[in-house]
Amino acid sequence: MLSAESLAKIDRELAKYPADQFRSAIMGALRIALTERRETGVTPEARCLNAEVIEFVANYVGIPPVAAYEVATFYNMYDMKPVGKYKLTVCTNLPCALRGGVNTAHYIGEKLGIGIGETTADGKFTLLEGECMGACGDAPVLLVNNHKMCSFMTREAIDKKLAELE
Amino acid sequence: MLEIEIDGKKLTVNQGSTIMDAAHTAGTHIPHFCYHKKLSIAANCRMCLVEVEKAPKPLPACATPVTDGMKVHTASPLAKKAQAGVMEFLLINHPLDCPICDQGGECQLQDLAVGYGNSSSRYQEEKRAVVGKDMGPLVSAEEMSRCIHCTRCVRFTEEIGGFQEIGMANRSEFSEILPFLGKTVNSEISGNVIDLCPVGALTSKPFRYSTRAWELSRRKSVSPHDGLGSNLIVQVKQNQVMRVLPLENEDINECWIADRDRFSYEGLNSVERLQKPMIKFDGKWHETDWQTALEYVVKGLNGVAKDYGKDAIGFLASPHSTTEELYLAQKLARSFGVNNIDAALRRSDKRVAVAQQGALWLGSSIIELLAAKSVLVVGSTQRKEQPLLASRLRQAVKKGMALNVIHTSDDDLLTRINGKLIVSPLALVNALAQVLKAAVEIKSASTALDLSAANVSAEARAIADSLCAAESAAVVLGNVAQHHPAFAELLSLAQEIGRVTGARFGIAAEAANSVGADIAGANPQRGPMGKAVTAGIGASEMLAAPRKAYLLLNSEIEADAYNSSQAVAAMKQAATVIALTAFKGESLLDYADVLLPIAPFSETAGSFVNMEGRLQPFNGVVRPLGETRPAWKVLRVLGNMLNLSGFDFNSAEDVRAELLAHGDIAAALNNQLASIAANVAAGDALVRVGEVPMYQADAICRRAVSLQKTADAAVPVIALNPQDIAKLGLAAGQPAIVSQGEAEVRLQLVADAAVATGAVRVAAAHPATQALGGLFEPIQIKRG
Repeated sequence: MLSAESLAKIDRELAKYPADQFRSAIMGALRIALTERRETGVTPEARCLNAEVIEFVANYVGIPPVAAYEVATFYNMYDMKPVGKYKLTVCTNLPCALRGGVNTAHYIGEKLGIGIGETTADGKFTLLEGECMGACGDAPVLLVNNHKMCSFMTREAIDKKLAELE
Repeated sequence: MLEIEIDGKKLTVNQGSTIMDAAHTAGTHIPHFCYHKKLSIAANCRMCLVEVEKAPKPLPACATPVTDGMKVHTASPLAKKAQAGVMEFLLINHPLDCPICDQGGECQLQDLAVGYGNSSSRYQEEKRAVVGKDMGPLVSAEEMSRCIHCTRCVRFTEEIGGFQEIGMANRSEFSEILPFLGKTVNSEISGNVIDLCPVGALTSKPFRYSTRAWELSRRKSVSPHDGLGSNLIVQVKQNQVMRVLPLENEDINECWIADRDRFSYEGLNSVERLQKPMIKFDGKWHETDWQTALEYVVKGLNGVAKDYGKDAIGFLASPHSTTEELYLAQKLARSFGVNNIDAALRRSDKRVAVAQQGALWLGSSIIELLAAKSVLVVGSTQRKEQPLLASRLRQAVKKGMALNVIHTSDDDLLTRINGKLIVSPLALVNALAQVLKAAVEIKSASTALDLSAANVSAEARAIADSLCAAESAAVVLGNVAQHHPAFAELLSLAQEIGRVTGARFGIAAEAANSVGADIAGANPQRGPMGKAVTAGIGASEMLAAPRKAYLLLNSEIEADAYNSSQAVAAMKQAATVIALTAFKGESLLDYADVLLPIAPFSETAGSFVNMEGRLQPFNGVVRPLGETRPAWKVLRVLGNMLNLSGFDFNSAEDVRAELLAHGDIAAALNNQLASIAANVAAGDALVRVGEVPMYQADAICRRAVSLQKTADAAVPVIALNPQDIAKLGLAAGQPAIVSQGEAEVRLQLVADAAVATGAVRVAAAHPATQALGGLFEPIQIKRG
């Protein structure tokens, strides 16, 4: 279900924890599984986690599937719903909002023709609201696919970013 | 020891106790939901907030360790305000559907809301709704909006059940209790989450909406299923058993019961219950009165005795019968001159009855077994045979017990295993002999047994090391060992291991009254309390060399015998088969010719002796159904009608008193075999592993509709090691045909690496496999 490369990465995660606390590796393991699916999935449905993937990862790590499901549903960066090729998460917490975070989100939505929480018809972009990313000084900020942080997202910066992601 | 004060009451408590523990010893009640004495502390309901002097805010009693000089107020204005506040929050999202809620009347939330909450709610907004979940045929999770997220069910499956099957998904307001997507809750002790749920979120599927809690009367009873002898509260209404709950007994079942104990009551109310005596005449069944039926039985027994001799009669009693019934059955048989009586129906090794010197039992109390530092379990599908004992062993492993296993399949015991040997049934004796040989070497002891055929493997040495090093150790033989044709060898080896290592040894008695049967004398070689009697033949011989008449007590022999096809053939050739039974099963109607309706455990007084030799008397909880009579009364009347003396009993207590006058139960428990012999050479052939599925073990649970819908009651498959499948050129996932003798059975073939090579795992007792032969005999397999 996962590539040998991903499994090797999960093994590395498992090696990071003491033997009696191996279950902590589930967070890293789910992240690795999600990353692989995002990079290889061709449809929004194939880019997110689902029951089969979570069960596979849980069994690989050696914890009950429902325990992995608890983790996967607790943290919002684990995508449990179909997601576009580029997931744009805009911070709308207070410091960002004061510096235009909400406007940023709306501008992206307008440009892509979708509302917050929606995916474009071509399955390319998903727009989400996010919680504080710890970079209030750089506000407004947005996160691309969980891993890439973009700072000072003015309209021009957004236009440029979206063009880059085409 | 710490000095503390709770509500002005001074007491001393142990270091490390919590305020909740201390309050418990002081007899002070602190309201709580998530706290449970047998589960880990979660402190997430916050209902147990109390005021502690010098603490800036209320503290949760369940999670706060006491300190010296601590002064706790559980009902001060601050504590009360905190508790009322928590209650208000808990009720914000809790639906006010108590009138239609199954938990109404026995709901902790309801009770505590009355005691600690406000009379009305200030919350006007919309409540959240949660979609119901499917947890399988036993536990209903239809109304999850009622859940208050105490996580008791989650902690139960993880900590007591051994595998977390329920979880709390999502976060904050969206939290939901659920099983893993698309899965049901399959634990064999899952029903306990119903008791644990403090609200009406998890309810009993078979019971719900049938009655109200306050309409039920509670009666004590004892489980008639496995050898643990779980204590029960049976709840009845209008002379019908409506529900079964655990009765707390720390020595036996703690506060839990297995699903079999909890849900088998449906069988008691089954449509297959026999309500009137019936006689087969001209191939047709006719209902009749007791007098006619009993006269027919007497005529039948006298007739066969006259024509063929008394040795042509066999008594087969189910070990799920009460001690009194078994005692009277053997008394009736022996007074009449029949020595062939047995209750170990699935035991194939006749040598054990000859060599045994008393009742076979666990060899220690259950508590002592759990306190052992090292335990070796031989030939036991633990979780299915003794579900609750398996759970208690898991708890013991957490506390440091080394659990070792010798078995025919590497089933997941959901716990840490110290050493294991997974071998074919033909190598089971050899595996145990290896452990003995290693122990002999470690202890520099000697044994009279010839162990030259045993080559000690590393695993066997590890097991022996663990048994020898432990200050207290035990060897326990399970059902597979007890049914095994080499049970005598296995028991001899266990005895020798016990002698060499100082370990206790014994059997995990298969049925509720297996030990009681030996105590009562329902044994071909020994009478009440193990006294010597004229020897007869045991169940396997009675069926292998057919008799002319059989008396079946509480037994459906087609599912209860070691070799079901042979048993059915023996029944069919007999001149008369007299069945004292609570159910008119299809097969009984086929081979029996008179059916006498007897009361199951819920309708008669009696007693069971559990695996640790504890006699547990109980009373009937409801009146016998229809014209059903308690079996002890039927046997008493039969004794009188056969003109036998000593059958004047007025009550089951009278019968028990007469049995107990024969001697002391504790003195009659004895696992030492008079002679030990062991052929320890391993064989090499395809051999069946015929375990009895959990919900086919006795007549009552076979008819428990909800239990029969569970995964454990599924139609048996043929499970084979993938190596064997490849070697035999079979294809997994497709049907295959297994045969023993003439009969063939077509079942799905499954590849299972847990099964030992050489073993063909085909469950017994199920209607689909009753055509097969012996449980641990050679078996042929081919493409189907």
